Amino acid sequence: MPDSAPYTGAAGSAGTLIIGNSQAGVQLASTLRELGDTEPIVLVGNEAHPPYQRPPLSKAFLKGDATAQSLAFRSDEFYREHSIEVVTGEHITSITRDAFGGEAISASGRRFPFARLALTTGAAPRKLPFAGSDLRGVGYLRDAADATRLLAELAAATNVAIVGGGFIGLEVAASARASGKNVTVFEAAPRLIGRAVSEETSAFYLGAHERRGITVVLNARVAGFVGDGGPDSQPGAVTGVRLDDGTIVPAEVVLIGVGVIPRTELAEQLGLAVDNGIVVDSQARASDGFTVAAGDCANMPNPSRADAGTDFGDGRLRLESVQNAVEQAKVAAATLLGLESTHHMVPWFWSDQADLKLQIAGLSGSHDRVIVRGNPHDEKFSVLYYRGEQLIAADCVNSPLDFMAVRNALNHDQSIPADLAADSTNSLKKVTTP
Amino acid sequence: MPTVTYTAPDGTATTASGEAGDSVMETAVRNGVPGIVGECGGSLSCATCHVFVCPESAAFFGEREDLEDDMLDGTAVDRQENSRLSCQLKLSAGHDVFVRTPESQV
Ligand SMILES: Cc1cc2nc3c(=O)[nH]c(=O)nc-3n(C[C@H](O)[C@H](O)[C@H](O)COP(=O)(O)OP(=O)(O)OC[C@H]3O[C@@H](n4cnc5c(N)ncnc54)[C@H](O)[C@@H]3O)c2cc1C
Ligand code: FES
Repeated sequence: MPDSAPYTGAAGSAGTLIIGNSQAGVQLASTLRELGDTEPIVLVGNEAHPPYQRPPLSKAFLKGDATAQSLAFRSDEFYREHSIEVVTGEHITSITRDAFGGEAISASGRRFPFARLALTTGAAPRKLPFAGSDLRGVGYLRDAADATRLLAELAAATNVAIVGGGFIGLEVAASARASGKNVTVFEAAPRLIGRAVSEETSAFYLGAHERRGITVVLNARVAGFVGDGGPDSQPGAVTGVRLDDGTIVPAEVVLIGVGVIPRTELAEQLGLAVDNGIVVDSQARASDGFTVAAGDCANMPNPSRADAGTDFGDGRLRLESVQNAVEQAKVAAATLLGLESTHHMVPWFWSDQADLKLQIAGLSGSHDRVIVRGNPHDEKFSVLYYRGEQLIAADCVNSPLDFMAVRNALNHDQSIPADLAADSTNSLKKVTTP
Repeated sequence: MPTVTYTAPDGTATTASGEAGDSVMETAVRNGVPGIVGECGGSLSCATCHVFVCPESAAFFGEREDLEDDMLDGTAVDRQENSRLSCQLKLSAGHDVFVRTPESQV
């Protein structure tokens, strides 16, 4: 302990410190109170806003339908009534541990003593070292500040380029297209959303976005961005995307969405095991047996019920979803209080692109065959994934009935025979087998 | 200010006040009312905001859209006549709304 610290340091006296005040952090704090914890809780984050939802940032927010305020998770009264101290605008730079807990220090020098520690530091956009990345109009989308900047830049733009054909890139592309922009999506891989969905679903989204007037370039080789030079003292504004064959595609806004990397700086500093995220067990406990971690920053034993007993992904993975952040944070809260709880769930995810509602239930990674139900040309179909006879996941496009049936079946360890599922006149709910 | 009273299956009632234009789901989540999850933030993707609307409140709200109707077919607790997804129920000034929450949402 530094001598200067006004910290009593007795076991239990300092309560819980949660670093990262977003989806996982807020849930962790709320669950601690629900479970009866009466010790102090401090929820600290480096953003300017009290905790808010991220998913609308690439959807409703870009239509002007939302603000950081309207997206707030909880009311100020909630935090007050539950004695959860929310601290904004403080970036934690170092943590020291002692026999009773420890202390975190922010960039501004503020000290946060703790008896229990939770890391819910999330993830940051993967940065690509393209020439011209510092041009005005080139950016990433992770937080409300990014979204506010993007919204303003889009208003003045005619041509928009998206680097990366994943969920966020395609959601922004669809929003920009809906407001009349010329939109080009550059994807380095041979198909869209390749990390998350089957070839059938990828092919559908390619066609669907093209029908709506978006240009999609697959196998794209982006070399950098070009700008207008600008006045001497400032970087100029972007005017186009340069491909490796020298082609320049005009763009006044470039959004790069090529995935995220978990924020593990603090965990590394603490000497915790880190491997594509903070390594935790199924109780959300990190390798020191003391700290818990949850959400986008955590690498965990595969929590998917349908994968129990298989070693898909070496049995470990990191998920980036609201549901995972919420469910894992609940487990982490229980673990901090010494209660039994295990992270098991049916992972699910959604993405809204234009008028296309994608709902994904389960993890499809270990499938060996797929069944397509309905007709992609009607923009209403589902892809069901099987491992042997076992249903493990589904991508459902504008097919909420299928999604609900598959999610429920997986939640109850039931299956849906593939031959019956393939006939789209059968209701999946009715042909589910116990 | 409109208010919503949420009654859990065990009879516990919680009343929260919201703003006109907020949904019954948002009002619950912002105030930490148990029994409503609202994972998708109201985008009609999750069906974790299922409620049973009490008869005296039903007239405050419009008809279900098809998407809401489809999602209700797969809720964790089976739907009833008065089932709604509460993210689709918007509050107006002067409304005092009463709903019951289901045993579980997932
Ligand atoms: C544009 C967008 C759209 C999305 N759409 C969907 C969707 O449709 N469906 C879905 O399920 N998921 C979606 N997601 C993903 C979802 O938002 C994340 O999975 C979720 O936010 C993860 O929550 P988290 O709390 O783990 O991390 P984060 O939300 O990343 O929060 C971590 C917080 O910790 C702060 N922090 C980090 N380090 C420090 C430090 N040292 N000191 C202080 N503060 C720190 C960060 O600034 C951040 O505020 C979307 C994400 C984005 C960005
Ligand atoms: S909050 Fe997800 S459907 Fe209502």
